[in-house]
Amino acid sequence: MINIIWLLLLVTGIVYAGWQGRIEVVTQGAISAAEGAVGLSFKLIGVMCLWLGIMKIAELAGIVRFFSRILSPIIYFLFPSVPKNHPAMGAIIMTLSANMLGLGNAVTPFGIKAMQELQKLNKEKDRASDAMCTLLALCTAGFTLIPATIIAIRSASGSTNPTEIVGATLIVSLGATMSVIIADRLCRIYYQIRARR
Amino acid sequence: MFSLLTEQLSLWVIPIILLLVPMIGYFRHVNVYEAFVEGAAEGFHTAIRIMPFLVAMMVAINIFRLSGAMDIWVEGLKPVLEFCGVPAELVPLAIMRPLSGTGALGLTTEILNTYGPDSMLGRIASTVLGSTDTTFYILTVYFGAIGISKPRYSVFVGLLGDLVGFLGSIYICYQLF
Repeated sequence: MINIIWLLLLVTGIVYAGWQGRIEVVTQGAISAAEGAVGLSFKLIGVMCLWLGIMKIAELAGIVRFFSRILSPIIYFLFPSVPKNHPAMGAIIMTLSANMLGLGNAVTPFGIKAMQELQKLNKEKDRASDAMCTLLALCTAGFTLIPATIIAIRSASGSTNPTEIVGATLIVSLGATMSVIIADRLCRIYYQIRARR
Repeated sequence: MFSLLTEQLSLWVIPIILLLVPMIGYFRHVNVYEAFVEGAAEGFHTAIRIMPFLVAMMVAINIFRLSGAMDIWVEGLKPVLEFCGVPAELVPLAIMRPLSGTGALGLTTEILNTYGPDSMLGRIASTVLGSTDTTFYILTVYFGAIGISKPRYSVFVGLLGDLVGFLGSIYICYQLF
C-alpha cells in the first residue's frame, strides 16, 4: 500500500504540473524537499540526544520500571507479543505518556526507541511486526490531553475562548484511538488466518 | 481559568521532567551525567538512518503539494464528503492532514483567519488538528529508523484513524456548539 501511495503522490503531482504548464515547480519542489528532509533529520539529532539521555537516567533510576509495573496490564493487553520485563515495555510507556502529555518533540525519540526494542523481537527485519503496527496505530491516532499547538494558534488568531475545543478534541481522539485499536486487532487476526493457509 | 491552567501546564511540564528525572536518578545513586551521555550517544545514528526515508516521503509529498494536484483530489472527493456532511471548505484539510504537519497547520490558520476561530468551521478545523496526527510522517520516521520497508496494514489503520478523527470532529462540534 505504501508503494502505491508514494507512486500516486509523485505521478499525479508531476502529470498535473505538466498539464497546468508549471512543470518547473516539480524540479524546485523535489530539490527543496530533499534538502529540507536532511535539515529535519539534523534537527532531530538534537532532540533525540536530549530525550534519549533523559530516558537513560530514568531507566537506570528505576523510574521506567516503576511505571511499567503500574501500567503493565494495559500494555500487556495491547501488546501481547511483548514479554513482561522486556525493555520495549518501558519504551512503549514513555512514548504513550509523552504523546498524552503533548510533549511534541519527545514523542519521536521515545517512539523510535520503542520501535528499536520491538525490532529485537521481530523475526523478519524488513517487515513490521504485529506489535509495531499497534504502536504506530496508537501514535498516529495521537491521543493528547492538551493540544497545546492548536490552543496557541487559536489565541493568536483572536479567539475569545481558545481552549473551548479541548473537550471536543478529547472525545474525538479517544474515539479515533479506540477505532484504531479495534481495526488493528481485526487486521492482525485477518493476517494470522491468511498466514496459516 | 481553564485557559490559564492549560497554558501554564504546557509551559511547566518539560522543565519539571528535566528537573525530576535527574534528581531522582541522583538520589538512587545513578551517575546522572554519564548516564545522560550514554543515552544521548544513540541519538545521532538514529537520526541519520531516518534520512533516506524522510527524503523519499518529503519529495513525493512536496511535489504533490506544489503542483496543485491536490485540487483534483479535492474536486473528486467533494461530492462524496459533502454527502457525508463535510463542509466543502474543510476538504483540503482532510487530504492534507495525514500528509504534512506544516501544510495542515497552514490550512488551519487560513481557515481561522478567514472564518474566525470561534465560527463553526474554525472550531471544526481546530478539533481536527488537535485530535489527529501526521500519519505519513510518523510512519516514515518510526519505520525508517529501524529499516522497515514493509509496513503491512499499518498504513490502512493509520488512515482510518485520520478519517474517524475528521468525521468525528465534525459530528462532535455540531453536537457541542
